[in-house]
Amino acid sequence: MKITILGAGPAGLYGAILLKKANPLHEITILERNAPDATYGWGVVFSDRTLAAFQEADYKSYKAITDRFVLWDAIDVYYRDELLRCGGHIFAGLARKQLLALLQRRCAELGVSMRFNTEVADVAALDGGYDLLIAADGVNSLVRKTFADIFKPSLVPGKARYIWLGMEKVLDAFTFIFRENEHGLFQVHSYPFDGTTSTFIVECDETTWRRAGLDAASEDESITYCERLFAPELAGRRLLPNNSKWINFVTVKNATWRHGNIVLLGDAAHTAHFSIGSGTKLAMEDAIALANALDTHPDLDTALGEYEAERRPVVELFQAAAAESQSYFENVKRYTRLTPVEFTFNLLTRSRRITYDDLRLRDPRFGNIVDREFERRYWAGQGRSIFTLIAPPPMFAPLTLRGLRVANRAVFTPATTGQAVSGVPCTGDALELARLAQDGAGMVLTEPVAVATEGRITSDSACLHEDEHLRAWTRIIQAIHTQSPAKVAMPLNHAGWRGATRPRGMGLDRPLRDGAWPLVSASALPYTERSQTPRALDRAGMEGMRDVFAHSAHLADAAGVDLLILHMGHGYLLSSFLSPLTNRRDDEYGGTLEQRMRFPLEVFDAVRAAWPHEKPLAVALNVTDSVRGGFGPDDAATVARTLKEHGCDLLVALAGYVVPQTEMPYRRGFLTPLSERIRNDSGLPTLVGGYLTTADEVNTLLAGGRADLCLMLPPQETRTRSRSAPTVATDAREARATADVREESMPEAGTPAREVRRVEKKE
Amino acid sequence: MRVGVGLPSTIPGAPGHLIVGWARRAEAAGIFSSLGVLDRLAYDSFDPLLALTAAAAVTTRVQLATAILVGPQRNTALLAKEAATLDALSGGRLVLGLAVGARKDDYDAMGIEYATRGRRLVEQLATLRDTWEDGAIGPRPAREGGPPILVGGLSDAAYARVARYADGYVHGGGPPRAFARAADKARAAWNDAGRPGMPQMWAQGYFALGGESAAETGTAYLRDYYAFTGHFAERIAGELLTTPQAVAQFVRGYADAGCDELILFPTVADGDELERLASALSGLATIEIPATSATASANAAEAAARRAGQP
Repeated sequence: MKITILGAGPAGLYGAILLKKANPLHEITILERNAPDATYGWGVVFSDRTLAAFQEADYKSYKAITDRFVLWDAIDVYYRDELLRCGGHIFAGLARKQLLALLQRRCAELGVSMRFNTEVADVAALDGGYDLLIAADGVNSLVRKTFADIFKPSLVPGKARYIWLGMEKVLDAFTFIFRENEHGLFQVHSYPFDGTTSTFIVECDETTWRRAGLDAASEDESITYCERLFAPELAGRRLLPNNSKWINFVTVKNATWRHGNIVLLGDAAHTAHFSIGSGTKLAMEDAIALANALDTHPDLDTALGEYEAERRPVVELFQAAAAESQSYFENVKRYTRLTPVEFTFNLLTRSRRITYDDLRLRDPRFGNIVDREFERRYWAGQGRSIFTLIAPPPMFAPLTLRGLRVANRAVFTPATTGQAVSGVPCTGDALELARLAQDGAGMVLTEPVAVATEGRITSDSACLHEDEHLRAWTRIIQAIHTQSPAKVAMPLNHAGWRGATRPRGMGLDRPLRDGAWPLVSASALPYTERSQTPRALDRAGMEGMRDVFAHSAHLADAAGVDLLILHMGHGYLLSSFLSPLTNRRDDEYGGTLEQRMRFPLEVFDAVRAAWPHEKPLAVALNVTDSVRGGFGPDDAATVARTLKEHGCDLLVALAGYVVPQTEMPYRRGFLTPLSERIRNDSGLPTLVGGYLTTADEVNTLLAGGRADLCLMLPPQETRTRSRSAPTVATDAREARATADVREESMPEAGTPAREVRRVEKKE
Repeated sequence: MRVGVGLPSTIPGAPGHLIVGWARRAEAAGIFSSLGVLDRLAYDSFDPLLALTAAAAVTTRVQLATAILVGPQRNTALLAKEAATLDALSGGRLVLGLAVGARKDDYDAMGIEYATRGRRLVEQLATLRDTWEDGAIGPRPAREGGPPILVGGLSDAAYARVARYADGYVHGGGPPRAFARAADKARAAWNDAGRPGMPQMWAQGYFALGGESAAETGTAYLRDYYAFTGHFAERIAGELLTTPQAVAQFVRGYADAGCDELILFPTVADGDELERLASALSGLATIEIPATSATASANAAEAAARRAGQP
């Protein structure tokens, strides 16, 4: 087969090596516009898992790579003039120049024809000269541009600016530096690669970049600026240019990677933000997959299809992780409220591939620091300066909200909905709550409790507005308090236009067939096409409603509730005022966000006044309606800051259900980013759920400052109905499900030092 | 975990008597808890609901499951009637798995615009239960509220539909860890929506246990059946379970991932395949052996109560 490869980067060269090895009869020509020794960029990084793949694919080049590279296992983080180190990650770095040189030598040895300084301006000019054209021509691929209607590329530039520099200083760790000056916040990603030099990437947001005048700066001026900014870390060493410019990272995706006998490889097909250091690795793994597919399938079309089918899912996982990492660095300013340990932990766990348990395994010393710091902050909150020598994992650290001390961070709620009769909770519900309390929860959460009969979600919803309700709840809560140290949290709710529905066993928001009661909402709109049209609350109705909430709050105190939660989310009554989708009022309670939040705030103030000062009051709030035109994170931040001023102590981070057709990116912990966002934006502690079932998830979330309390699923509800041991099964499943992405790449990954895995073929 | 077996109703050339006999013998084997069918229009295959109806006539115990039926291709009122009929005829054994499907040519053949499939499924899911309860379009299904509804698919919209309208999730196939990931998403959506308990989890796989020639025939069938997915067909064919060991590990993987019922579909139109599967499954510790018909109805009642969220 005659094979033409455009581009002599790592993907093109490595592809040529593997194809030629598989079949020496292939006539392979590489066309490269630059000279053999011209290269941009400094070092490249591989994890040991990638190296194992290289070993299997071509031992000689593998040997050449491993003979040259620099190995290190630590990550250093400079933040607020503190240095934190975390070890146990394995990275191998090598100069890009050396990598290219050794791959070129190997190509020459195998008889691959390499034509450098050969500019291809028109893909059509190559026509007829090949049986297969491999486009390894990089992020600005000419081939991709030429057949844009087939590949349908999407090129999305990132929001941050970065410049790729070298540094004449040897590092002993992957190093992150965060430095704030009068222009803004800058961060550095730096790592060693050739024994004398290190890569030094400086990144900042667009505003900072302009404020610092870097948009108009020459390469020299940029270097001078950075040298001054990072003088303490550079310790007199120079930064080195390499045709360096401030650019935006472009994420490349393509609808397909192949067109007839043309195939895209490496950056031409896909890019992933440099902060997870996977670009070269993905490109070279592409080459391995392509060579394997061509070797296995005699038919070119099948082979190219198999190549894409094999690589696409892997690449997409890395692109997803890279997107999370990129978004982290673009918004890193949001995290500067965190203490150095929290900040570092958050940074290391930013793309969810590394967890608390992983870090503990890699560096027990760092794990201990995380635990101790977590407890130190608890004591600091108590006005005491205590830094204990040993501390429990974050999940088992207490939390104090006003006069309430919660023994640990796990919150449980019954997995069944209540079976109340006339609003009085039944014995079964009471027993379930009590059981959860005794099962080790720091706090148990009741179902949403209605402040009025008309405020119930279903005819089975529990209420708290009459003596009979008070007596029942008092009995339940007393039993919990007598039998366990668990605290009791109760959401007070009015279902609004989502009321008068049937029990949720057979679906959500199905209107009651018989016995429906009239509904109220911010505006007279039905929730679903089949729902009753509610009446828009008038002024008198709103005043009555406010008093009803306050009355229930008063009863909740009498019943012994420890933490009261005012429900302002999920499309229920108060939520319907907040969202522009459901509040169409033209009075002073509709329109701007300030006006839309007026009524919920009036209710909050009334409840705060009725609720004892020493007891904490929380609000359950949609951080986003998760639908176009709805209430979003910025609105939620405004509401949260206002609530904080009005005496709110905690937010429950929710999303969706303001209209029936909402969907979210469901997965384990899918609400965590929203909790983190609102917590950072408002400075209020948060409680978050989103299908959390393991201590590792909870510890990761708490230690990274993403939430303060976690709503966990009672373990017996997550287990399989098989006879195998449930907890073990759950953990093993999880381990398998995440194993593939976790083990790869830097800088938060790298495989645990003790373990070198062989490359696994696809599932 | 319970295990069901698929009818050979989408294997081209399978004779009618094979389908009916398969159903009868599957129940007699004792180990299978359900019979499953797939839905394809523009293909040499039997209609799924009619095939299940024939199966209902020769069985008394096994559940009859569509995994899945392409709901949006069917008129909702008629589907409601057919499902209620089958449920009533079978004494409450229908499990209605619905999804949008992935074959545009089936939609074209049905004369329904492919782009409307999501919207049509949502409308259908919102309507089915009401129709069964209203009684204007009879018959009454055997069970109050009608047969359980499962929703399939891998999009966020699919998980949201499970949480809003269905009783459970039905996975489209793949290795256990692909199922585990999807099941987590379905549970996350369910739990977030405030539905009581957990969604029923159904899944499926393919087998060909008659040695090398059966494996070849099965592989060829899967390549053909999934040809519309392009290169993915090779992937699916590669996952074919061709040895008792592969079946055992597959079953174990699904049980560990929290699957409630796994339906294994044949890929070879050979009656002996059923016995081979039964033999491969016998003695596996993770399999729940179905109760006899006497206790089955009691269990069904309990399951219905559990679905309704009653303790």
